[in-house]
Amino acid sequence: MLRRAWMLYYDGLRNMPRWARILCIIIVCKLLIMFLVLKLCFMPNYLNTHYTTDEEKSNHVLNELITKP
Amino acid sequence: MLYEISSTTLVEWSRWQFAMTAIYHYMFVPLTLGLSFLLAVMETMWVRTGKEEWLHATKFWMKLFAINFAIGIATGLILEFQFGSNWSNYSWFVGDIFGAPLAIEGLFAFFLEATFFAVMFLGWNKVSKKFHLFSTWMVFLGANISALWILVANAWMQNPVGTEFNPLTARNEMDNFWEVLFSPTAMNKFFHTVTSAYTLSACFVVGVSAWFILKKRNLEFARKSILLGSVFGILSILATIFTGDTSAQDVTHTQPMKLAAMEGLNEGGNGVGLTVIGFLAEDPSLPSTRMKTTRYGIAIPKLLSFMSYRDPDAYVPGIQNILDGYTSYEGITYPSIEQRMANGNKAIEALTSYKQAIQEQNQEKADSSLQILKENYGDIGYGYLESPYDAIPPVPLVFYSFRIMVGLGMLFVALFILSWWYAKKRKFEKFRFIPYLAIACIPLAYIASQCGWIVAEVGRQPWIVQNLMPVNVAITRIASGWVVTTFWMFAILFTVLLIAEIGIMVAQIKKGPKMG
Repeated sequence: MLRRAWMLYYDGLRNMPRWARILCIIIVCKLLIMFLVLKLCFMPNYLNTHYTTDEEKSNHVLNELITKP
Repeated sequence: MLYEISSTTLVEWSRWQFAMTAIYHYMFVPLTLGLSFLLAVMETMWVRTGKEEWLHATKFWMKLFAINFAIGIATGLILEFQFGSNWSNYSWFVGDIFGAPLAIEGLFAFFLEATFFAVMFLGWNKVSKKFHLFSTWMVFLGANISALWILVANAWMQNPVGTEFNPLTARNEMDNFWEVLFSPTAMNKFFHTVTSAYTLSACFVVGVSAWFILKKRNLEFARKSILLGSVFGILSILATIFTGDTSAQDVTHTQPMKLAAMEGLNEGGNGVGLTVIGFLAEDPSLPSTRMKTTRYGIAIPKLLSFMSYRDPDAYVPGIQNILDGYTSYEGITYPSIEQRMANGNKAIEALTSYKQAIQEQNQEKADSSLQILKENYGDIGYGYLESPYDAIPPVPLVFYSFRIMVGLGMLFVALFILSWWYAKKRKFEKFRFIPYLAIACIPLAYIASQCGWIVAEVGRQPWIVQNLMPVNVAITRIASGWVVTTFWMFAILFTVLLIAEIGIMVAQIKKGPKMG
């Protein structure tokens, strides 16, 4: 069963037409850009990077809610 | 003053960034939702009849589906990144309301769509016919169930039900999962969105097939695809119209200001007509520049009242009535926005005092503050508004988007009926305006789809969570330059992806299906 599943992916990916290979390259590049560049360098989770505990995060948001912008 | 300018810029750029990302993301989604159904039907026809033409049709449309799926996959994650970076107050405030449906969506997306997509795409001749067909149906089911969870989360922002605010953690906590899942807003939003996505997919199939007719290539394949696409299109657009009507009824109850903006209705009343077409203009006699006057309007008498309450003489409030306070058709009295702002201020003060009481360990003060907070929590968002007119969304954008969406919907009804009739009579190619119209309807279907989202999301403004949190409270106070930078990064990334999708797709369409 596992071997059949493996072969499905292995054979399928090896015998893909050119356009499908291009798509795979696009997907890999996109995921690398999204997770390694955008997420890590430009879009960190603000609360997770500035506060460690849930209590600190709650306090921060509570202060934001009671301080009008 | 400097803080005000940068704060406004930050809110606007954060909103633009989210809107741009959502618009791009939603260019990939609807085709996945609807084309997967048509693939499953075509493959079912092949398995049942054994006719090779259905197999070739399935493989051709599956190729286009795969291109769209592969390019679009994970683009929605950028929206989730933005929740954490640009909208951290919102993301914390909504708590598990958003987290739970999105986690379920992640599981379904991964296990159903991704797993069965691999079998569907790579499994020809490697798994049995029936298991392959099962996988194709699972891809359809997985995509649509994923959409359900996303739309449930979105519906909660429009109509926050089934939750209770915890002032200790500053989070809304789900106290009734089923109320969140089956709220009329969630159900209407889900069915309206997916049926409109099916309509877009039908336009895509009919339009691409029409191109083959014009090129006099693969005529039998194109005719069969047009017949299947147009029948699916007729059923889908009728369902879209029906669910659009029930959605409007829901908006009447939950977001009357949005309904008034959709109609550009300043003064409501009994027996209000529905504006079919009209132009909005500035009117110095109106109390706010956010309000516009409809010029050269053509209206169907009493239709808005009928659509809202199934009573042609029902009372429907306009923008000014909502600002001043009104009594609804059901007899519920809604206070003026000024009163709601006062209630909101009480809620914010009670929250402040509750926080102090907890720090001082003063239980009596905490209890009384909590009581005041609970009594006024439903209006807490109004406490952040500076003027009652801040509660008015951008009327022209909502008004025109609504009319473009509905007008194009009517065009699609005509397209599907004509396409079905002339394809059935084998005369599709003789009336050349029909294939051209069908091709033009591919981008028009995307425009209609995006306009629908503009009505839903811009019409909700100034709220990110209806009545509870305006957008300017939801944002993270980071440098606006940072948001501007990431805006352009996303714009470039998505534009490249879109160009890649269109390029690869056009090349594969030109190759056409492999016949015989």
